[in-house]
Amino acid sequence: MKLKPTPKFYLRASLVIGVLLWLVKTLLEGLVIFAESSDVDLGISRNTTVILEAFFFISFIIYYRLRIQKAESSNFVDLIWRVFAIGLVTTITALVIDLFNGQIADSKLGEDPYLGKLLLSIDEALISLFLISTFTVWKKLILYQKSKRLVIWWNIYEVTIMASIFFNLTGLVLQEHLVFELLYGAITIMALLLSANLKWVAYLNFKQKWKSILLILLITIYLFYFFMTVYVSPATETTFIDIKSLFVISLFTFLMFYSLFSLLVILFNLPTSSVFEKKMEEAINFQRLSQSIQQGENETQIFDILLSSSMSAVYADAGWIEIIRDGQEPEIRTRNVSRVNISTLRAQIAQSKQRSILKSPLERSSETDRVLVTIRKSNFRSVLIIPMEIQGTISGYMYLLNELSDGFNKEMINIINTFVSQASISVENFRLLGEALENERYKEELNIAKSVQRALLPEKLEHDEHFEIHGFTQAAAEVGGDYYDTFKLSDHKFAVVIGDVSGKGTSAAFHMSQMKGIFQSLAQLNLSAKDFLVNANNALSQCLEKTSFITLSYFIIDTEKRTLEFSRAGHCPTLYYCKEESEARFFQNKGLGLGILRNEKYQNFVEVNHMTFEKDDILVLYTDGISEAANDEQEEFGYERLRNLLQQNYHYDPVMIQKIIIGKLYEFCGNKDLNDDYTMVVIKFK
Amino acid sequence: MIEISKTTENNYLLISVEGEADASSSLELDRQIRESFEGDVKNILVDCTNLNYISSAGLGVFMSYIEEVNEKAIIFIIFGLSDKVSKVFGILGLDQLLTIKQTKEDALAEINGL
Repeated sequence: MKLKPTPKFYLRASLVIGVLLWLVKTLLEGLVIFAESSDVDLGISRNTTVILEAFFFISFIIYYRLRIQKAESSNFVDLIWRVFAIGLVTTITALVIDLFNGQIADSKLGEDPYLGKLLLSIDEALISLFLISTFTVWKKLILYQKSKRLVIWWNIYEVTIMASIFFNLTGLVLQEHLVFELLYGAITIMALLLSANLKWVAYLNFKQKWKSILLILLITIYLFYFFMTVYVSPATETTFIDIKSLFVISLFTFLMFYSLFSLLVILFNLPTSSVFEKKMEEAINFQRLSQSIQQGENETQIFDILLSSSMSAVYADAGWIEIIRDGQEPEIRTRNVSRVNISTLRAQIAQSKQRSILKSPLERSSETDRVLVTIRKSNFRSVLIIPMEIQGTISGYMYLLNELSDGFNKEMINIINTFVSQASISVENFRLLGEALENERYKEELNIAKSVQRALLPEKLEHDEHFEIHGFTQAAAEVGGDYYDTFKLSDHKFAVVIGDVSGKGTSAAFHMSQMKGIFQSLAQLNLSAKDFLVNANNALSQCLEKTSFITLSYFIIDTEKRTLEFSRAGHCPTLYYCKEESEARFFQNKGLGLGILRNEKYQNFVEVNHMTFEKDDILVLYTDGISEAANDEQEEFGYERLRNLLQQNYHYDPVMIQKIIIGKLYEFCGNKDLNDDYTMVVIKFK
Repeated sequence: MIEISKTTENNYLLISVEGEADASSSLELDRQIRESFEGDVKNILVDCTNLNYISSAGLGVFMSYIEEVNEKAIIFIIFGLSDKVSKVFGILGLDQLLTIKQTKEDALAEINGL
């Protein structure tokens, strides 16, 4: 099995190795004492213990580094607390050892070199652990909101500090050797420079600052105490012992500096922390205003948030918002002020002569001016009035009240401006979203209408073995006003109708459905073409609005007698291909649209035509969408093209003829959208 | 787009229609003609020389005045129709119900009973 080392594994390994190294080092030191006392040369060089100690330091540097990565806490007080806790344990241990040493000083035990060495070793190990852990935390604090340059400086410093661990191998002493002093001086200057990085302090709130001050103060005391323990000779209590470890003394210096700097900076930052907190709050409020829609809040809630955040941003004591909606009483949202007060305040505002008008930077009309009013004889001395503009119109006013006169300054007004515009955007988005949903609903409704209308057009057209028939329709909008239908009048008589309702879209679609009703009822009566049109005109006269009409062509095909009876009610002329003459032509019969003349005179305008048809004759019925379809040059498809197309393609079946004509039509129009409904019925006799 | 202007001459009102009478501009056409009918005018001339296009909605406007013309005995004459527009009037059959003249002179001759 292959073990994949996890971060946890490294963490534990570094800890175990560190402890083991320390044990070995302590043991070796014991052995050295033993060897010295019994004059035996064990061949253990001084450097062995120094190297062991060096690796002990390194193990723990790694350990703490991994630990702080794992903690991933950005709460500074927590981090400082951690340092404090380790310091506390170390201090207590050190004190206990001190106490124990004092107790046994006079006894025989006190002279025991092994015990003394062991206790010192424990003490030193704990102190160095504290130093290393503090170092790790301070590093995190320094590198908070780091710049690239800072990281480079810090890395140089850290490498130098690490390298200094091995400086102990030289056996030099600070007090005696200039090299040591120079190096120490250099590291100290770097530490000083790095200690100026205290950005994290700004992000503490007032309470956190106090906590940090307390904790860092205690940490500084520990550091001082440890320093004394390590470097001040217990015998004299005033003189320093030889300082041999560049690493430890550098750590002490750096930690001390940074602690003191932090303390001072936090202390001086205390008075301004409320300002910073305020700014943070404003930023959060601003975010709330912009996010409120996503949370599914409604418009009123956005105004409420606006009012409360504006009030807290400018220390207003009270305020209200008037929301103007079309044709409604303005809605009023208040805070810390009653409705009755509002009315009195309004009157006072209107009367006050002390008003200054602040032009909005972007606006031009006087409607959008912010007004600052000072009122006497009122609880509230200053009033700030800010208009709210939504979708280009003034949709309300916000009134902010302050008990002090001159309670609003320029900065405050700027903040309010941003708040108001953000809230306006939020409301605007909210309304647009609503409109979009509404539109979506209408579209849905139209889709339903479309499928209903589709159902009004016949799925299959009535015919017999004497003719083939094919219908095609395409609406420009979701619903259209074109109509075609067939009806079997008797075994060998068929009615065919094509119609076009004036206007487009939904209203046309409604009239088309009326037409369908009329056709289906009248056709059952097996009327002549003329009677059909007269009756249809009568029926439609009752239900069409004044400016609407319907054009229609009505055909009765008798397959037994092989005759056609037809009438045209203002519909575009029917195209007929005569096989015998090898020519297509338009019928020239007269007629009047349905609903144009809404009285009995209509029948005078109905012309009935009769003709016979032969095998392979073709009847093409269509709507004006086809003949009037225009291309980009505003040129119409026209009758001539239609006629030529039929003449060239007469040998095809109705489906193919329709496909060719419509194909050519699309080709002619190019990429232009359909702007009318296209309908075509092709009949070919056999 | 449609542009409608009206000028009152000694014995008639001249309505000039320019542009396109489609579904939306027909509302304006209807409003203007309605206004003219409400005035105390007996002779109305509609100049369609510059009317490029008329949709079914536009035809609907002219159609809706047919009865009123007969009832009120108003002389309502349309003139100057382009071939294209004239054809549209013809197909629907409106030419049988409305007085349509080629030129303004023809229209004036009709009013003056020449």
